[in-house]
Formats: sequence, structure tokens, C-alpha cells
Amino acid sequence: MTRPHDKKMEFALEINDLTVSYKDKPVLWDIDLEIPQGALVGIVGPNGAGKTTLIKSILGLLKPVAGSAKILGLEIDQGIKKIAYVPQRGSVDWDFPATVFDVVQMGTYGKLGWLRRPGSNEKKLTKDALEKVGMLELAHRQISQLSGGQQQRVFLARALVQHAEIYLMDEPFQGVDSTTEQSIVELLRELRNQGATALVVHHDLQTVKDYFDWVVLLNVRKIAAGPVSEVFTETNLKLAFGSRVSLGE
Amino acid sequence: MTQAQVEIQLLAMATAVACSLCGVFLVLRRMTLLSDAISHTVLIGIVVAFFLTGDMASPWLLVGATTAGVFTVLMVESLQKTGVVREDAAIGLVFPALFSIAVLLISIYSKNIHLDMDAVLVGKIALTPLPSRRLEIGGYDFGPKSLALMMAIIIVNLGFIIMFFKELKVSTFDPAFSKAIGFNPYWIHLGLVLSVSTTAVASFDAVGSILVVALMAAPAATAYLLTDKLSIMLVWSCIIGMLSAVLGYWLAHILDASIAGSMSTVAGIIFGFAFFFAPERGLFSVWHRAKTRDRKFKLALLLVHLTQHEGTIREEEECNIESLHLHLRWDEYEAHSVAFEAVETFCATKENKVLRLTPKGRIIALESLQIGTNLS
Repeated sequence: MTRPHDKKMEFALEINDLTVSYKDKPVLWDIDLEIPQGALVGIVGPNGAGKTTLIKSILGLLKPVAGSAKILGLEIDQGIKKIAYVPQRGSVDWDFPATVFDVVQMGTYGKLGWLRRPGSNEKKLTKDALEKVGMLELAHRQISQLSGGQQQRVFLARALVQHAEIYLMDEPFQGVDSTTEQSIVELLRELRNQGATALVVHHDLQTVKDYFDWVVLLNVRKIAAGPVSEVFTETNLKLAFGSRVSLGE
Repeated sequence: MTQAQVEIQLLAMATAVACSLCGVFLVLRRMTLLSDAISHTVLIGIVVAFFLTGDMASPWLLVGATTAGVFTVLMVESLQKTGVVREDAAIGLVFPALFSIAVLLISIYSKNIHLDMDAVLVGKIALTPLPSRRLEIGGYDFGPKSLALMMAIIIVNLGFIIMFFKELKVSTFDPAFSKAIGFNPYWIHLGLVLSVSTTAVASFDAVGSILVVALMAAPAATAYLLTDKLSIMLVWSCIIGMLSAVLGYWLAHILDASIAGSMSTVAGIIFGFAFFFAPERGLFSVWHRAKTRDRKFKLALLLVHLTQHEGTIREEEECNIESLHLHLRWDEYEAHSVAFEAVETFCATKENKVLRLTPKGRIIALESLQIGTNLS
């Protein structure tokens, strides 16, 4: 018996009629979005556009008032295991007593589940991830002694450890040096080439074309979504940001 | 030392350790205020359970008190969720309400029961060795009951922390990430609340409701200043707790004062020391680092100033030690001491009161300029 559905490639993310509100004020308004697998996707929009909210809703950290999100065709509580999440750097207290290694190793906790402790396999995964982001020498450094760029690398390494199929990143380039930014982009491309999908909340309109294959323009409502070459146009940007923004070309 | 003295100190240490263990997570999660509330409201659980059983040593008191602790937290959280009051106000409203009901109940019925307010506030650790408070099984004396209970609490707390160490760590550091990888921080939070409540009740007998929070907060806050690793922080917290207990006991002995009060005082003094003198995070160390950094920057600034005027007509004027402070708008004393340091470290030489760069000084100045440009 053949089932044609088996051949169909699932979307990495499939969002239907998603509305999230703060009391009666919508932060995301009826979003429909389908993200193909293996794309590097930039999420772009002005402040308060709901970019972080979108990511948090996909992760199930926020409850929508309407609509749903599916991850690789699965409901959130199942699909979440396929996702690695990189929160905003400023969302945690970097004075917490932990080393770089400790924080990156947290990426292995999800697969371990409750009660099981990280062993030699998890230590190896952690070291590999640290090496990939160029932080192996700083493995035993206290996290409060890191620069902004190094903190971001730590968060990225923690996500890499998860070996996820989808990466959700909230402003990974916020306040990092240009070397770090370039190496993060390199890593994202490498992940994409291995078949992973990445959604990245991004602020710098100038680099969208260089960094991403796909772009989602957001301003409470979805303005546009699709391949950068088709969607990242002056008209759409004006719809998302108002008339003052231009690409400066 | 008499056996009674040893027993009191053992109980004091055990109480301090049990509290210090919970305390670490309370401090890191910024929940110490909530633990203050819990340590007070457990009283209503104790009072109600006592009225129902009529026995001050009944294990139901522990159950009642723990329930009251969890109830407090749930009430604070639901009050907060209404959006009408904030967390601090919610805590400030819930715990005096429950505590005052308990105090009222005690004062109304105190003629019939031996539950007096002094004992409630500061405990009665000095009564530990009394014959009526001993644990006897089959004719054998296993020491004071409260010590046995405290040891049990330590085992429970330690078990909780060891079993859920990675969950506690990740949910404390990054709750959103913790939830995303399948460890709902709420369950950890609830586990911690349970552990704080039982610890508060068990410590109640020894140190009273007010000082419990001192034993939870002070050793943990001190340990936070001393280390960069969670596991080491737990160890330090316990050591400082035990130290406070023993030193506090002897301080009380010398002063003929309340043991629990002295224990908390010592814990506070130890924290004070760490606050000023801790190697990395202490105030003096922070000041010293800021000062060194400031001084290094000033030196670089001076050297850059010298390069700017090197070989110009105004060099004699601009680089003159006597007038340096006028050009840089620095304090005269400071200008002199930075200039002196430049000469001391062979970055500059002094010729007739005019500073001249050495090759080493020139390199440092150029490097500083480079960094300054990169930053902008």
C-alpha cells in the first residue's frame, strides 16, 4: 500500500491563525506562516512587532488566544524536542555561579530527561560544541567574566549541543562584535547545509540579504513571508516599518 | 563541654545546615522574601494542628505547617495573578494576615497551652537536652528529638538537591530555556517551596520563626560572594552555617544571651566580612579593580597626551609637570602622581620638569589610541 502523504515534505513550522494578546491588546494578530525545512529565516520588524512573542509561542512559553503552531507536523508538546532555543542574552542573570562549561552542558539536559545526570557522552558533546564556537579555552571561565560576544557564543553552543532540527534564535547579534557575528552566520550556514532550519530575530536590515534565504516581515500582523529575493522589497519594508525606512540602495 | 552543650551545638549546626541548603536556591532565585513569609505563616499550620491533636510533639504539626507554607505561596501567586497587586505587596499582605491570625489564636488560648510568643519568635534551643524532649526507642536514648528531626530534614533537603541538581540549576539560571527543554520550572519551584516550608517548621522549634530566614539568607548570600560554582556555593553555605551556629552558641554563652539571636548575629557578621573582603566579588576587590582600571586608563591618557605634543613648539608648556594638571583639567595631586607613575614604569623620563616619552611609553600610547579607535 502506498501512501502519497509519506513523500510529502513536512514544513519545519506551520502556524495557523495564531493570535497572542496582552489582555485585549493583540501582540500577534492572526498569523499564518509556513516555513520550509532547511531555510535560514530572518524575522524582521520594528520594536513591539511581536518577534519575540512569535518565538515564545512556537516554544509553548506563551499561550495563544487563538490558533496553533505545528513543529515538523507535530503538536508543540511533541515537536518541542526537535527545537533548540537561543533566548536573548539579557534574559538571564550572568552573575549566576556557573562556568561556561556548565551552561553549555545544559543543552544536553533535555535529552537526558528528569533525574538522569550528564555523563561522559554529554561532556564530550559539550566540548565539541564549545570547540565549534571557539570557546573551548574558556570552558572553565566564570560566566560573569565574559564579553557580550562570548556570552552569545555560550548560548549558541548550548543550542548546538541539542543537535536539533530547528533553531529559534532571539536577537543573537544584539551587542556582539563583528567577528562573533560573522562566525555565528558561518555556523548557521553550516547547520542549514546539514538540513536544519533556523529562525533568527534580526535587527539590521542591511545584512538581511547576505545572511538569510527567507525572511518574515512582521508588525503585529504578518506583512510578508517568503524568499528574500521576492519578499524583501522596499514596498514591503514600508508596510512593516512605516515610510521612513529604506534599504539605502 | 557538657553533654547538654554538645547537644545544643549539634542541633544548632544541623538547623543551620538544613537552612543553608535551601537558602542557596532562595538567594539565587531572589525568593528570600518569600521564605520570610513562609517561615511566619507556618505558625498557623502549627497552631491549627496543635488544636486538633493537642500534642506539641505530634508529627501532624509538621504536616499542618508545611501545608500552611505551600498555601502561603499559592495565595501570594494567585493574588499576584489578579494583576491588582504586585509580588512584594502580595507577600506583604498575605503573611501578616496569616501570622496575625495565628498570634491571635495563641494569645486567646495561651492559658491552656504551653505555646508562648517568645518561643515562637526566637525558639527554645536551650531546652533541647531536657528529658521530656528525648527520642527513646526500646529504652535507648537517641538524643534530643529535635536533633533527630533536623537530621531527617537535612537528608530530605540534600536528597532533593542531589536528585534534582541539574533541574534546579537550569530552571534557576534560565527558566524559559528550562521550560523549552521540558523541565517546567513551576514543579521545581513547588518542590523548593515544600522543602523551605518543612525546613522552616523543623527549625522553628530551635530558632523561632524570625531567625529562620537569617539562617537561610545569610550563609547563602555569603557563599555567593565566595565562589563561582553552584556546587561549591552549597558547600560554602553549609560551612558558614555551621560556623555561625558554633560561634553563635559560644557568643550567647559569654553574653548570657539568646542562642538563636547570637547565631543570626554571627551569620550577619560573617556576611559583613565577605561583603567587604571577598576576593572577587567583595566591595574592596571591586573598588580596587575599578581604581586599578581607572589608574591604568589615566596613565594611557597621559602618554597619549605626550605623543600629541611630542616635538611641537608647545611641548615645553604642555608636557611640563608643573602645569600638566591645568591642561588635562585634573586634580594637581593626581596629575603629579600619574606623571610619577609614568616615570616609575619607564614610560617617560623627566628632563627639567618636562616629560618625554620613552620608546615603551610611545608603544603603549599608540596601542591605547588603536583600542580607542576600534571601540567607536
